[in-house]
Amino acid sequence: MKYSFLILTILAYAGSFSFYLGFLNTGKEMVGRLATLFLGIGLVAHYFALLERSRGLHTVPYHDLYGSMSLFGWLLALTYLGLELFHRQRSVGAFVLPFIIVFFLAAHLAPADRLSPAPARGVAFAFHVTLSILAYAAFALSAVFSLIFLGEERLLRSRKLSNIVWRLPPLELLERMSRSSVFVGLISIAIGTVLGFVWVDRLHGQIWYYDPKYVITLLVLLLYVLYFQLARSAAWRGARASKLCIFNFFVVVMSFTVVNLYLSQNHRYF
Amino acid sequence: MEIVLVGLNHRTAPVEVRERVSFTAEQSRKAADELRSRGILQETLVLSTCNRSEIYGVPPETSHECAPGLSSFLSEFHSVRPDVLGVSLYHHYDREAVRHLFRVAGGLDSMLLGEAEILGQVREAYRYAHEYGATGPVLNRLFQGALEVGKRVRSETELGTRPMSVASAGVKLAERIFGKMHERSALVLGAGTISEQVVNQLRDRGIARLFIMNRSRERAEELSLRVGGTVLGWGDWETALTTADVVVASVASEEPVLRREFLEAAMSARGNRALFLMDLGMPRNVEASAAELYNAYVYNLDDLTEIVEQNRHARESEVPKAETIVDEHVGKFLSWQASVELVGLVDALRARLREERAAFIRARMDSMNHLSAAERERMESMMDELLEKLLLAPAERLRGEKELRRKIQNVEALRDLFLSNREKT
Repeated sequence: MKYSFLILTILAYAGSFSFYLGFLNTGKEMVGRLATLFLGIGLVAHYFALLERSRGLHTVPYHDLYGSMSLFGWLLALTYLGLELFHRQRSVGAFVLPFIIVFFLAAHLAPADRLSPAPARGVAFAFHVTLSILAYAAFALSAVFSLIFLGEERLLRSRKLSNIVWRLPPLELLERMSRSSVFVGLISIAIGTVLGFVWVDRLHGQIWYYDPKYVITLLVLLLYVLYFQLARSAAWRGARASKLCIFNFFVVVMSFTVVNLYLSQNHRYF
Repeated sequence: MEIVLVGLNHRTAPVEVRERVSFTAEQSRKAADELRSRGILQETLVLSTCNRSEIYGVPPETSHECAPGLSSFLSEFHSVRPDVLGVSLYHHYDREAVRHLFRVAGGLDSMLLGEAEILGQVREAYRYAHEYGATGPVLNRLFQGALEVGKRVRSETELGTRPMSVASAGVKLAERIFGKMHERSALVLGAGTISEQVVNQLRDRGIARLFIMNRSRERAEELSLRVGGTVLGWGDWETALTTADVVVASVASEEPVLRREFLEAAMSARGNRALFLMDLGMPRNVEASAAELYNAYVYNLDDLTEIVEQNRHARESEVPKAETIVDEHVGKFLSWQASVELVGLVDALRARLREERAAFIRARMDSMNHLSAAERERMESMMDELLEKLLLAPAERLRGEKELRRKIQNVEALRDLFLSNREKT
């Protein structure tokens, strides 16, 4: 019973991945629907696995690195499912699911940190962290879409059309999906950052003090606003915007890893 | 309950013969009516497309005897000399006829392997024949099976997924860039046959706006009358290239018509929105270096021909999968056919045994005068009960066991074994 949600999540995500691969390979509508269904089941099971982990640790799931990774995986799956339903496009599921599975497995199969709960947590803090991780998940998705765009564009330009080209989404749809994803990320990171300042103000009585995380978050925000503007401009639309999107995600990864682990005093795992 | 098929197709008859033997809807009906009124067939269905004319039927006698009658009928109906028709016609019976139809519905017998149109044509022919009552239980079951085969081949194999003509490959490639064509516009340069083929493909895919440009405005207007679209004056590149998402160029010209500088200016004017150029001219209509322009995708005739060739190989590799589906459904149909025939055989056997029982009792009862009427009745009833018991188990097994029906497919042999000639008919 202890690991029931863990096992169910792994099975559902693995099933979903297999069906997405099958859909990419055969284009059969029924296989695609099954992939989406299993992803939905995986999301529900993953949610309960997160709750289970929180209860075990007596703290919020993002209080340790692994919990934060699992939450990232969950939000990645949630954002992807939303975009899939919004754009009615399933062909990229096979590329997104491996990331979700890796984050979930890395988080739940690793030994948990035994940390005492941090002080003065509350709703503002919870939303600050959740929205920030949601933003990172959305940015990760936009990077995946951009990578697929570049790969497909390269194949179309080289005129070497492998089987997969006929199954991938059209280039313009990939651009739209990437922009939608960045839009979700921008809204989330903007609200999340404001809530972070509110929480700091409540905790320390002052809204600002220097933390390298602030600088890099501001940079991420600016870079994605820039992408959002340039992606529709004459000079940048298409492959250039996709490359910018991938570069931006590289900065996000830096923020998530180097800055969090080595530079920031207050942001450890998010 | 045999099935017979007589017909010709693109492999057995040249287009001149196919044209003469094709059926309009009205002719199909007339032919079916005549075939039934003359007693040649009990059930009939005429399948006529540009590549084939076939008559499927269930004859009242054995099918092998009615095939020559069908050939003569075709010759007479279309006023074609029997010797001209004879070399082009094929005859298939029972299993082979069923298999042929299922392969036709699956697109395996088409000129363009895996083409989708044939399934719609089979469906339409069946709907029409069913509506005017030319089909019966056998052809209904046969054509329903054929439609199922067609659907399965299309959904379970890749036989029909890849474009097989230069025109369709070009349009499918445009969809790889823009998605659905419903909100897109296309410019067609040239008003020849190949331009028309591409326009038809674009129309099928729901293109929103179509512009036609040709050196001879008159020919552009003729094409526009046939396929719709707006005619633009030759050389109005600014209007044409700024608006269109897809450009199809098929103009007879020694020099490229779409020069790099035109396209460069157009890309700038359209804010670098993607532009797909299908260059079907020979020599090429689009300057080769235009392929380097940002967000411009140029495919020439060789590129598209190579894609079609790759797709042909890919489709051919799907044929064994499709044949497996056909075989599975042929087996199912024959099993159903055998079950219907076997049930009929059991009924005939039951009637025969009852007659034998009645004759037996009549012959024996004269010497058994000591029995009362009630006892005689009781004895007859017991004999009936015994006969029913003997026949019940095999009848039920025949209804329930597919494998058994498959094994006993030659019902005629069983009829010969159990029934006299009188009872077989």
